[in-house]
Amino acid sequence: MKRIRTYNQLTETDRSDLLGQVASQRERVTARLSSVEHVVAVVSGKGGVGKSLVSAGLAAALARSGRRVGLLDADLHGPTAARMLGVRASSLAVRDDEVEPPVAACGVRVMSSDLLLEETAPLAWREPGHERFVWRGTLVAGMLREFLADVAWGTLDVLLVDMPPGSERLDTLVELVPGLAGAVVVTIPSEASYRAVRRALEAARSAHVPLLGVVENMAGYRCGSCRADGPLFQGDAGERLSRDAGAPLLARIPFDPAMQSLVDQGDVASAAMALGPAADALVARLGSSGEPAGREEPRA
Amino acid sequence: MKFLCIECDRQMGFAERELPGDGTLAAVFTCPACSRSVAMLTNPMETQLVASLGVQIGGRTVPEQPFELTRSTVEGGRADAFNDAPAQAGARPVWDDAARERLSRVPSFVRGMVQRIYADYAAERQIAVITPEVMDTARRELGLEGM
Repeated sequence: MKRIRTYNQLTETDRSDLLGQVASQRERVTARLSSVEHVVAVVSGKGGVGKSLVSAGLAAALARSGRRVGLLDADLHGPTAARMLGVRASSLAVRDDEVEPPVAACGVRVMSSDLLLEETAPLAWREPGHERFVWRGTLVAGMLREFLADVAWGTLDVLLVDMPPGSERLDTLVELVPGLAGAVVVTIPSEASYRAVRRALEAARSAHVPLLGVVENMAGYRCGSCRADGPLFQGDAGERLSRDAGAPLLARIPFDPAMQSLVDQGDVASAAMALGPAADALVARLGSSGEPAGREEPRA
Repeated sequence: MKFLCIECDRQMGFAERELPGDGTLAAVFTCPACSRSVAMLTNPMETQLVASLGVQIGGRTVPEQPFELTRSTVEGGRADAFNDAPAQAGARPVWDDAARERLSRVPSFVRGMVQRIYADYAAERQIAVITPEVMDTARRELGLEGM
């Protein structure tokens, strides 16, 4: 039989150059983020812990302290962060190779699938009706890539990425943003949350993502009348995860119905105030070189 | 994926592509030495898999547009989510009624992007009026079979 050259032995020009097209997509991401000093993921291993509230509050707190901040809502199927910042859907201006993001009243530049979809429409795709699971992950990754590469983020000190619950999407972000500064981990005090978030923490470590800090949300209940804090969940997941991560507990935020009501209306000021010290601590962790202080070496 | 003409030991080059509209794709590759051609036919799942990567078999004929993958694949997008400004400065071509009617059948989420690509195509070639025939030519030349 005649010897047939293998794929890598073919050196002729390939007009399709699919690998080149993929590389070009990555280069667009890199070029876009070249004016962003720190990209920080906000993660949790579990839904319902208030990750988007923490993301929006941190973003607003960073903006209040004079930093240039963007918030990318990577929870494409359950977007909430934009509304928490008071941003509603409007026509996004498309220029040559970029889309201008809306800017919240607090100064945070925002992009979210909430700004693109009809009011009650779920994120769905035009696609063949069989074996959809094969490519859906690819489509979601592609959408996240476009959120990073095609938005006119401008010059930012910090771009926060509000990740969906779970840990699998973090791998995608790390592939797209190799220089990811690190992750802030969000939990609630309970044992169940500890167990779920601990897995996300390990996933971050496995992906060599530096752990910048832990935020414990719903750490008690703040009475709407007397403003005194009482117990809500049993457990100390925040402190334990902080020890496990070797990263500081940036904040413990009580569940405050008054604050929640304001945030639901797009007024994130109270959340920003609650997360102000956490934002300062985060910036201190990030340092000025782009590397968080005390970054751990990747595990072998 | 590459195609090799075994007889000539030459890599076959991409010649043309067709998207019949049923989710399948046909791409023709030709040997530069003996001109023998083969057609690669993909089923809807294979076609979708490649499309999901945001790449085009045969290479790009139009620069990647902002949110191109999102706009061309997401269902339920708001019609006015994007405000597409023309990329080319100067005089803009006008659309005749038939071309405008055809454009109106493009899903609204991606319509502005498609409109901009056709308008830029016409402006670059100093075509004053966009007709269905101009759209057909652009589709063929730019490989916009899905638009």
